[in-house]
Amino acid sequence: MKENKFSKINNFLKIFLEEVSRSSLTYIILAVFTGLVLGGIIAAATTQDIYEAFDESFIGGISASLKFIWKTYSSLFLGSFGNPSKMVSSLFSGDKAAMRTAFKPFLESLVVTTPYLLTGVAIALGFQAGVFNIGGEGQLFMGSIMAGWAGWTFKGLPPIVHVPLALLIGILAGALWGFIPGWLKAKTGSHEVINTIMMNYIAFNLSQYLIVGPFQDPNESFKTRFIEESAHLYRFFEDPLRLNIGILIAIVVAVLAWYVLYKTTWGFEIRIVGLNPKASKYAGVNSSLITILSLTISGAIAGLAGSVEMLGVNFRAVQSLTTGYGFDAIAIALLAKNNPLMVIITAMLFGFMRQGSRVMQINTGIPIDIISILQAFILFFIAAPAIIRTIYRLKEPKQGDLTPQMTGSGEKI
Amino acid sequence: MENTSKVTKKIFKKVEKAKSRQRIIGIIMFAIGMLIYFVLSRNTSPDLETLFVMTPGGSDVTTPDITFNSLLITNILAILCVLAGIFQYIKGFGKFTNIVLVLVGIMLTISFLTWGASGGSINVGGMLRIMIVRSVPIVLGALSGILCERAGVVNIAIEGMMITGALVGAILGSLFGLWIGALSAIIAGGLIAVIHAILSIKYKVDQIISGTIINIFTIGITSYLVTKILQEREWQYLNESGIFLPFSIPVLSKIPFIGPILFDHKIFVYAMYILVIVLTVALFRTKWGLRLRAVGEHPKAADTLGINVFKIRYVAVILSGMLAGFAGSYFSLGSAGYFNQSMTAGRGFIGLAAMIFGNWTPVGALGSGLLFGFAETLADNLQLLNFPIPSEILLMVPYILTMVVLAGVVGRSRGPAAAGIPYEKESL
Repeated sequence: MKENKFSKINNFLKIFLEEVSRSSLTYIILAVFTGLVLGGIIAAATTQDIYEAFDESFIGGISASLKFIWKTYSSLFLGSFGNPSKMVSSLFSGDKAAMRTAFKPFLESLVVTTPYLLTGVAIALGFQAGVFNIGGEGQLFMGSIMAGWAGWTFKGLPPIVHVPLALLIGILAGALWGFIPGWLKAKTGSHEVINTIMMNYIAFNLSQYLIVGPFQDPNESFKTRFIEESAHLYRFFEDPLRLNIGILIAIVVAVLAWYVLYKTTWGFEIRIVGLNPKASKYAGVNSSLITILSLTISGAIAGLAGSVEMLGVNFRAVQSLTTGYGFDAIAIALLAKNNPLMVIITAMLFGFMRQGSRVMQINTGIPIDIISILQAFILFFIAAPAIIRTIYRLKEPKQGDLTPQMTGSGEKI
Repeated sequence: MENTSKVTKKIFKKVEKAKSRQRIIGIIMFAIGMLIYFVLSRNTSPDLETLFVMTPGGSDVTTPDITFNSLLITNILAILCVLAGIFQYIKGFGKFTNIVLVLVGIMLTISFLTWGASGGSINVGGMLRIMIVRSVPIVLGALSGILCERAGVVNIAIEGMMITGALVGAILGSLFGLWIGALSAIIAGGLIAVIHAILSIKYKVDQIISGTIINIFTIGITSYLVTKILQEREWQYLNESGIFLPFSIPVLSKIPFIGPILFDHKIFVYAMYILVIVLTVALFRTKWGLRLRAVGEHPKAADTLGINVFKIRYVAVILSGMLAGFAGSYFSLGSAGYFNQSMTAGRGFIGLAAMIFGNWTPVGALGSGLLFGFAETLADNLQLLNFPIPSEILLMVPYILTMVVLAGVVGRSRGPAAAGIPYEKESL
């Protein structure tokens, strides 16, 4: 009797562990964890104090490295979330200034999350339709500069008209940058990866030209004019806090994208085209239309990301190389398995890391580029699940976990 | 009966398509002629003269300069372009179409230069020399892409491999001298390519995702190392590699005009010439090249014939990485003398564009690399020449041309059939 009960529990545990081992969430978490460990090793390996500690004794070196890695990641955490004890005490004291400083890191992280979330949804949507949109960066650039143009050109409009108008123009610019490669893919079969890369560079050069040329501030070179006050996105708090309504827009877009993809016929068609373009053709889905539309919408959302960044945070465009949002978005989308709702979480992960890395650089001297390295590691393990499964001896996932197929070059659909 | 009509219909459609392409090219040539006449000739006053200096600055092999009437030359060139366009539209140049198209492009460029420098002078020799130098990383990047894609593996990580090569070249070049620096850049590129090979061949990860990972990683880690180490004063000696000195090829560099432009350079330019020839021969004249191309076009057929698809792909990807690493070392050891995060500036992606534009052949890559290099050179000189076109717009040209070619409007550029598709051996 006793034995029976024990074996029941044992059985239950076994099944539970097996489920955990097969679940895709487990390996995503393990991938992130392994990435963080490797990033920590790189951070420690490039710090001189660690080598001095190793010179004294091996054990001392190990403990110094662990301490250093702990310090690195804890300052990354503090930089992105803020200090929890300070948050609580400021809430109890009711002092508004203290509250602002205590919550600033968290709120600023949300500001950084906004473009990540939007571009992440944009890229995920493309992946779902089987198109690889590397052009998020260019679409974001175009959305940003054109929303800015609308922001400073139209004067005397009420905010209720001006803000949507500027957003719309930004969205249209991004959509155009997505439409061209989509149309080329559907009509001529030329690969969208190459075309979106080319469109990126066209966008960089075009916006460079606009910033130093027609859009340049007459009083300050290499910068554009400021947008009109009436085009500013609504900000929730007073000035140093930049959190604006953009984050809500981004969440709405993510939820909407999820709804369309999983709850409507049209979304079903998109996913069918992504899973098997040939079969979808036989099922009567107009796959070239779906390809064009999904790249256009993907571009539109990336353009919206740029517009929100312009109207809510920057207010002007400055000559710069890249923001990196469009490229990181690829990692965000893949990490979320292209599910827009999951993108909310992975975008927050990236946004908080990006914000926190600044504090980390000040506290530990580790450059913010460690974030790119972490992202590459995480992406590496996500892309090759077999590696993580081998390291941690996980079991194979259940069948039926389909991933969209990317169509090869020259394949006309 | 029905079958034959279907076939004729198909052929008819094909002919129709070729015809429309011929006409489009004709219209383009005609339009270029019109552009030269209406935009350039109309804005040139008849008494101005243009001086083309044919000797690059600092060269002791002198070539006589050319002086001519600006208006006359632009008018002649405009007429030639228009005539070529009309002939192309009506009859077509057939297999010479591409050559004529290139000639029209050259005529457009000459008339631009003539018009821009009317009443003054322009150092054409110097510009051509710089064009060669500028094209080096683009051509090498394109060759790297060709090797990889011909074997059926897409490589968009050329940029990342280049930047790694540039950094490793600078550091080891500072420590052990330039040759060791260049060699280690090649090895570093190869090592990064090993990651790409393992991910995309062994683990069958989507090759574009694998390339993206490598790009993010290499751009991140080089920037990280620069900020963390190379910018510290005590480590600065690691980033002072210096550059290779140019040397002229004994007899060839004495040829007037061509000599100083082609044969008075640093090692990288000569390496580019040699690599283009070697790769052309290796890919199209050897057994290895035939096998490599077979693997890229139809891996299953190649496998059936006993070719080891995986081995060929591994070798091709690693060689491709070594080429990209070498291209990267050009930036630190051939141009700047130190490493800087922004020095590659997307050259890897232009290399990719040059690969497509050159239709996946080494000679084509050289041609398109030279064209893109010329676009860069021209963009640098625009302000000197008082051109009304902003340099940023000119720098877009390579990307736009690539998209046009890839779309098949003007020419048709088609990559290896199996590029991007992981090969899976069927189990018995």
